[in-house]
Amino acid sequence: MSQLFSKDNMAALTNPLNLDNPVVVQILGICSALAVTSQLEPAIVMGLSVTVITAFSNVIISLIRKSIPNRIRIIVQLVVVAALVTIVSQVLKAFAYDVSVQLSVYVGLIITNCILMGRLEAFAMMNKPWPSFLDGIGNGIGYAIILIIVAFVRELLGSGSLLGFQVVPQWCYDHGYVNNGMMTMPAMSLIIVGCVIWAHRAYNKELQ
Amino acid sequence: MEHLISLFVRSIFVDNMIFAFFLGMCSYLAVSKSVKTALGLGAAVTFVLLITVPVDYLLQVYVLGPNCLVEGVDLSFLSFILFIAVIAGIVQLVEMVVERFSPSLYAALGIFLPLIAVNCSIMGASLFMQQRITMPDTNSQAILNVWDSIAYALGSGIGWLLAIVALAAIREKMAYTDVPKPLQGLGITFIMVGLMAMAFMCFSGLNL
Repeated sequence: MSQLFSKDNMAALTNPLNLDNPVVVQILGICSALAVTSQLEPAIVMGLSVTVITAFSNVIISLIRKSIPNRIRIIVQLVVVAALVTIVSQVLKAFAYDVSVQLSVYVGLIITNCILMGRLEAFAMMNKPWPSFLDGIGNGIGYAIILIIVAFVRELLGSGSLLGFQVVPQWCYDHGYVNNGMMTMPAMSLIIVGCVIWAHRAYNKELQ
Repeated sequence: MEHLISLFVRSIFVDNMIFAFFLGMCSYLAVSKSVKTALGLGAAVTFVLLITVPVDYLLQVYVLGPNCLVEGVDLSFLSFILFIAVIAGIVQLVEMVVERFSPSLYAALGIFLPLIAVNCSIMGASLFMQQRITMPDTNSQAILNVWDSIAYALGSGIGWLLAIVALAAIREKMAYTDVPKPLQGLGITFIMVGLMAMAFMCFSGLNL
């Protein structure tokens, strides 16, 4: 048991949360991080889906890593990921139809999410299944955290609500407060991610 | 004909892959350091889009759609796996053809060519095309036949090329400016792309 949670394994799980974050440090998986964050709910669903898919594709590739011919490994990885994404997309359509409509093509685009390919190439191809699983979970959560921060700011300032519930009280509007419509536009998500990177690098001096 | 031109122009300016949907962001940020390489990658992306989108269109309409292969069977849940296989296969094919007939172009594109397989904009264009097939023919975004899909692919590719060359040109000038240390590199690039996306929002009222 102590071996399962050894120092190296815990590092694989916790590094991606801060110093090795896939979004703000490695700049992977930006496309979906920007597009689904206008509200909190789709951002959370997207973060969960990516965590699940990263973890299980890491495990599968790690199990068959010795039998994959080197030349066609990209196609093998893509097929494994595509199969998992198909499953997740069908599950979302069955149990969370509204969110799956909101996410539209971005569920399918998890296949080409750079985080997945990056982790498969850099970690799962060279490590045993259990550390790969932890690495996948860690990177998925690191991605989800950034999505949730961006979506929190955008939904709060853009529509005055969180998870669909109104949090800015009516008297604020009565006294002339207005929602910042700019925040619901896609362009603002880029600027918010830019500010998150700024804050993160200012705090962690060694990344500069 | 009118529909074709409208679709083409709209996919360059209004439905721009980068500024409206954030597709292909990873390579967009990584390769936009000099105008020359940006131009090469943009041309390669346009070329691959121009082949994959019509092929995926034909697959969707004649193989995957409802009642195509077998009466009463809708195979469109297989589209993720099939599309990514087509993309990976065609990228491989393009790589071999370019290597055989134009070694100088092959050397210029280098590593970018195989990386296009995991560029979100290629997969994204196919998935958007899948959505647009079902639109009514009065909608200027609808893709009604194979010529429409070619116009859409060409427009999206040129839009992507335009975006990456513009960013690369700005980044070349940015090298001489005095940016706060934590914001240097990616932070300022994100904010810049955000401002460019806002500028491109002016086109959203464009109607042909």
